[in-house]
Order: sequence, then C-alpha cells, then structure tokens
Amino acid sequence: MNFRKIVMPLFGLALWELLAIWLNNPVVLPPVEEVIKVLINPNLSILGTGTLLENTLVSIKRVLSGFILAGAVGVPLGILMGYYPVIMDLFDIVIELLRPIPPLAWVPLALAWFGIGETSMLFIIFIGAFFPILLNTIAGVKGVPKILIEVAQTLGAKEMDILLKVIIPGSLPSILTGLRIGAGIAWMCVVAAEMLPGSSAGLGYLIMYAYSLSRMDVVIACMIIIGIIGLLLDRGLRYIEDRCFKWKRYLIR
Amino acid sequence: MDNILEIRNVSKKFVSKNKEILALDNVTFDVKYNEFLSIVGPSGCGKSTLLRLIAGLEKPTSGEILMEGRRIEGPGAERGMVFQQYSLYPWRNVLNNVAFGLEVRGIPKRERYEIARRFIKMTGLEGFEEAYPYELSGGMQQRVAIARTLANDPKVVLMDEPFAALDVQTRTILQHELLKIWEKEKKTVVFVTHSVEEAIYLSDRVIVMTARPGRIKDIIPIDLPRPRKRDSLEFLEYKRRIVNILKDEVLKSYNMYKCSTMG
Repeated sequence: MNFRKIVMPLFGLALWELLAIWLNNPVVLPPVEEVIKVLINPNLSILGTGTLLENTLVSIKRVLSGFILAGAVGVPLGILMGYYPVIMDLFDIVIELLRPIPPLAWVPLALAWFGIGETSMLFIIFIGAFFPILLNTIAGVKGVPKILIEVAQTLGAKEMDILLKVIIPGSLPSILTGLRIGAGIAWMCVVAAEMLPGSSAGLGYLIMYAYSLSRMDVVIACMIIIGIIGLLLDRGLRYIEDRCFKWKRYLIR
Repeated sequence: MDNILEIRNVSKKFVSKNKEILALDNVTFDVKYNEFLSIVGPSGCGKSTLLRLIAGLEKPTSGEILMEGRRIEGPGAERGMVFQQYSLYPWRNVLNNVAFGLEVRGIPKRERYEIARRFIKMTGLEGFEEAYPYELSGGMQQRVAIARTLANDPKVVLMDEPFAALDVQTRTILQHELLKIWEKEKKTVVFVTHSVEEAIYLSDRVIVMTARPGRIKDIIPIDLPRPRKRDSLEFLEYKRRIVNILKDEVLKSYNMYKCSTMG
C-alpha cells in the first residue's frame, strides 16, 4: 500500500483523539479507543437491543430483500422499455415524474399504506434502488450498437434471438453499473428507514437509540460499520464489472 | 435462369427533418450465380445503401429486388453481410462469434462448432478460437467477420468495404484469401469498395456508379485470368479506364461536398 494514502487517515485519527482528550466530554466526542472497544466486541449486547453483529445482519437482510426486489422489477422492465418503443411510451412520463422524488419523501405514504414495520422499510429501499437500476438498464439496451442487431438479422436471427443473444448480453455491463449504484442507494436508504418511528432493530435504529442515551461511541461505531459495508458492496460489484466485462471498452469505441 | 439477384428500377430516398435526399436513382442490374461483382463509386454515391437494400436492412422507395425470382422483404440468412468494421460480438470469443448464425438457426452445438472450426481454419484464425475480439487486430477481426458470414452458408455474400480500415499489406493478403475461398465455396459475392484496384483484382464485373444521386454509369467485365497481376499492362489499362470514368464523378461529389459545407 502506498504510504501517502494512509497519511490523512492517520492524521484524522490523531486529531480526533487529541480533540476528544481536550474536550473530555464523551457525549460530544468519545475517544478513539472507546469506539474501537465497541467495534472489536461485535457479539456483546449493546444497550439491551442485541449485539452489533445482529443489528448489522438485520440491516443487510433488509437491503438485500429490497435490492433484489428492485432488480427483479427494474431489470426486466428496463429491457422491455429499452427494446420496445411502445412500452417506453407507456411508462416514460410516469417514470420521469417519479424519479426525482427522493426515497425519504415516500415515508409518510409508505407508513400509511404498509403501516409501521418491515414492509414500509422494504418499500423505501425498493424506491431508492429501483430508479438507477431501471435507467441504467434502459441506457444499456439503447447503447447496444445498431450494427450488432443488423449482423444478427443477416445471420438469420429472429426477434427473440436478438433480444436474448444480442440485446441482453450487450447491455449487461450497464445493468451491472445500475445494480451497483442501486445497491449503494439501497444501503443509504435502509439506515434512514430504520430511523423511522416503530423500528426496533438494525444499524439505523441502533444509531438513533444510542443517540437518545448519549452513547456517541456506539453511534460512531455504527457509522464506521455502515461506511465499511457500503465500501465493500461497491468494490465487490465493481470487481465483478471489471472482471466479467473486459470487452466493454471494445463496445464503447 | 442464371441470375441469382435482379435489381429492378430501384430508387431510395432518405427523408430527414426538412430535407429529402435521393441516394439511389433508378438502378437496374443483375447478379449472376457464382459471380464476383464489385461496385465502385465516389463516397456518398449510395453504394452501401444499395448493399443494405439487397441485405433487406432497408426497403427501396420504389422498384424491387428479386432473389431467385422472389422479392426481398427483409433480412435473411441466405444473404450474409460483412460490414466495414467493429461488427463482432465483443462478449463472444472467436469460436462463438463464428458459430452465431448456426446457433440462432438451431444447429446442434457439436455440429456448429465443427463447421465454425472449419471456417476458422480457412480464414487463418486457427489457435485463436478462444480469443475475444478486443484481443485481436483489425485484420484478424475482419477475418472473424468473414468466417462468421461464410460459416452460415449464405448463397449471396454482401461485403461493404470490408478491408477499408486495414493497412495495405493486410488488405492484400485478405483479398487473396477471399478469392481462394470464393473459388472453393462457389458463392455469389457483391463487393462494395472505393478502391478501383481492389475491384479489378477481385471481380468478374465492376459496376461504376455516379455521384449522388447514385446511378449506374457503366458496367465493366474484367476479362483477365486469376490470379491477376496488379502491375500487368492489361490490369493497368482497366484501372486507367475505370479511373477515367470515375474522375468526373469524384469531382462532382467533391463539389457537392464543398457546396454543402461552405453554403
């Protein structure tokens, strides 16, 4: 690892520690070691709400459910919208209108429709992940060069062959980019959704609960975990993108 | 009947926003079975459009194109096309690119790979079966495109300036190999190029087109035994003749270009 890359993180940690000692008030800024103590004991029950690990897993499970749902609707719909102008015309305006609404603006409606609990949270995550997945899928389908479709036609391919063997493989890189962005937004949405009234588990809930008890060490520990998981999610999907789609550059030029 | 293709009074008009462009104007000619026919003309004369019409990728505004007596209504496997460049499926390796046509036509895996391998060998791509297009040079990519079209066993092979983007050496080699394959496989080839030399080297007949709107200016049979020597007197005489016919047209298309960019 390049030494320059860890200069700023180390400097930040040192600054944090010095500030914490100087302030001497853990309700505003706990010292580094207090936060580390929370992080290295993930199986310790915290504040009677389960362990850090349990709460993390609850959040991950929620994200996965909402994200998979968004992919299961967004990818097929995106392929159809990108390929069939009729379907594009049918959905276009609705999607363009709904897209700019931030997921959190849906919270009151979600609570009214689905009540307090899992379904509402799932809905918020779904909304967050859905649009980037849909839009990137559409862009992927439209980005498949026309010549590749024409080649298939002159080789005797039928409509269904073109969809399955040209359009879908050709748009996969873009679909995966959409999934990666969608996963990132879903992860942000779950934390926000768990801060809603009625939530009783998850990292977002734990943050708010620890805050109400002035346990800033737990708050910061949760934030660090959220950051790390978000990073791993992004890097993991990016890795697949780079590995599976070396040919992407060929398509672009 | 010895004509595989009949192009009858074909015109093609392109309409964009507030402009109409007549690309082809009343073009009529025949293509014989097993013939190697080239079409040359100044850029923008509609020669590629003509090829796309035969492929069925475009529809004529008026007139009709018949293949073996039947009117062409759309693209089909009996008319294979080799495009100018970058037409390979980048997510498929060479073997699966070449086998694509056989795959969509439902040929079983073992058989289609067998056929694909034969054409890979014929086009000098042996050893590159597993390579992906982005790993290949332009010349190799064009070999794959040719192998893919031929493996599908079309009756007519349409080639749209397939060697235009290649360097001179590669181009010469591929021309030579294309002729060998053509002689062996007994195909009908319609070959579009802007290189007069290439057309004379390859073809039984050369169609010379006018500047836009594209009309047939002349059809010249090349009566030379193959393999042809590019520096033989007869070859150069053909070249001089066709270049002369083309000269006025190239000038016209250049002036058209000048007017459209300066005006």
